[in-house]
Amino acid sequence: MEGLIPHLFRTEYRKIVSVLGKKFGFDQIEIAEDIASETFLTAAETWGLRGLPANPTAWLYNVAKNKAINYLEHHQVFDGKVAPALKREKDVAPEIDIDLSPQNINDSQLQMMFTICHPSIPIEAQIGLSLRILCGFGIDEIADAFLVDKDTINKRLFRAKQKLREENVKIVLPAAIELDERLQAVLRTIYLLFNEGYYSVSRNKTLRKDACFEAIRLCFMLVENQSTNKPDVNALLSLMCFHASRFDARLNEKGEQVLYEEQDTTRWDTDLIRKGEYFLNCSASGTRLSKYHVEAAIAYWHTNREDTPEKWESILNLYNQLLIIEYSPVAALNRTYAVSKVRGKQAAIDEAKKLELSDNHFYLTLLGELYSNLDNNEAIKYFEKALDLAKTDSDKNTIRKKLAKLK
Amino acid sequence: MKEFLLIYRREAVAGSLQQMSPEQLQNMMKPWQDWMGSLAAQNKLVDKGFRLEGDGNVVKPDSIVTNGPYVETKEAVGGYSIIKAKDLKEAGELAKGCPILKVGGSVEVRAIIAMD
Repeated sequence: MEGLIPHLFRTEYRKIVSVLGKKFGFDQIEIAEDIASETFLTAAETWGLRGLPANPTAWLYNVAKNKAINYLEHHQVFDGKVAPALKREKDVAPEIDIDLSPQNINDSQLQMMFTICHPSIPIEAQIGLSLRILCGFGIDEIADAFLVDKDTINKRLFRAKQKLREENVKIVLPAAIELDERLQAVLRTIYLLFNEGYYSVSRNKTLRKDACFEAIRLCFMLVENQSTNKPDVNALLSLMCFHASRFDARLNEKGEQVLYEEQDTTRWDTDLIRKGEYFLNCSASGTRLSKYHVEAAIAYWHTNREDTPEKWESILNLYNQLLIIEYSPVAALNRTYAVSKVRGKQAAIDEAKKLELSDNHFYLTLLGELYSNLDNNEAIKYFEKALDLAKTDSDKNTIRKKLAKLK
Repeated sequence: MKEFLLIYRREAVAGSLQQMSPEQLQNMMKPWQDWMGSLAAQNKLVDKGFRLEGDGNVVKPDSIVTNGPYVETKEAVGGYSIIKAKDLKEAGELAKGCPILKVGGSVEVRAIIAMD
């Protein structure tokens, strides 16, 4: 039972909160969260005394349902809001129903996703609320993932919920006319949630991996739903599958990063690579080329480590397209690296010098790398500057290793 | 940072795009993608803009419509982009990499005045 309750919390808490939240309305979201949490407390007490029920999940749903009905019966919510609505609908004596069927669980979670990824609240809050309400992360886990204290997270989530209440955001799928725009916000949050897990400096590897796979799960829910199964949703899912395929290979036992060139390819997850290819194919429709399409295509080329001229020509071209769609320093640096693979180191150095990123240690590391074996004194100069600016031990170690090779 | 309009001009070759094979088209586009990618990597590209077809009309007062945009000059506008730069000098420097210069064309660089 030790591991079972945390496991069930992760998979069932979000479902209960979504269904109850949908039933009560977002203004009562905290009640929904409290009831879901209490359900797990009751489970821990009861199961400890009497042993596990035959079907723990059904047991949880049942208890949550009873708690919710009790709450509704004893509070004005029911008399003031739900009851009149029910009467209008049926004109018979209202009977409270908490629908925890798979269909309603799924619908409620999908709707909750759009509510949380609402443009009225800041992106960090969207990610925090997603981790809490859509992924069942504990506050301490979210704090650990963001590397901030629990208080900060609590305040952030509290303010976000307050804002969503003020804006009177409903737990519904947006109307068809605004679906595309709202979907973009959802995709952005999912993408950043994934990156939070993938690139976080937190040493908690399990937690980071969980965040990545939760992002994939949320995106998959969008693909499974007809109205949200759009080309760019498939592209994002493909991109995350390709990246996640290297999750185990890119971190060593100490949670430090292993560079792409040094990864043990036998630890790449071929199943996820196949899935990535499948969703990349699914994404190839429509007329709009999103940044997720381009990034997925780049990630696809990286699933084969063998260097061919065709590979790097394609990657360079894709980075050109990606930067034209949306600038980011990371993409600018990766493009420069691709230039070195296609047109040689000197051409890449010329391009790098135009970038104006001299306070970015990744930029300085890249220049160090480009100068290595071309002008080692310059290379050392850049690596040393990079070392001064690098913040994490993992980045510093990477730079030190490169320096050691030159000295 | 200010924004600048780049106007690409070259000798008028009407309908030539349609006559190109996919491979020729690809070869023609590649230097453009590289150049635009390089501008974008410097965070200097605001809008990649559009290419224009060779054919067009010019409408003048009194409902006079003439064929072709290039009746008075032999160079026609082939497309445009918007970039950002510190000043006209830097914008000009950035324009020097434009592939149209290699095929005898020219780039006109004009500062954009914000409308408010």
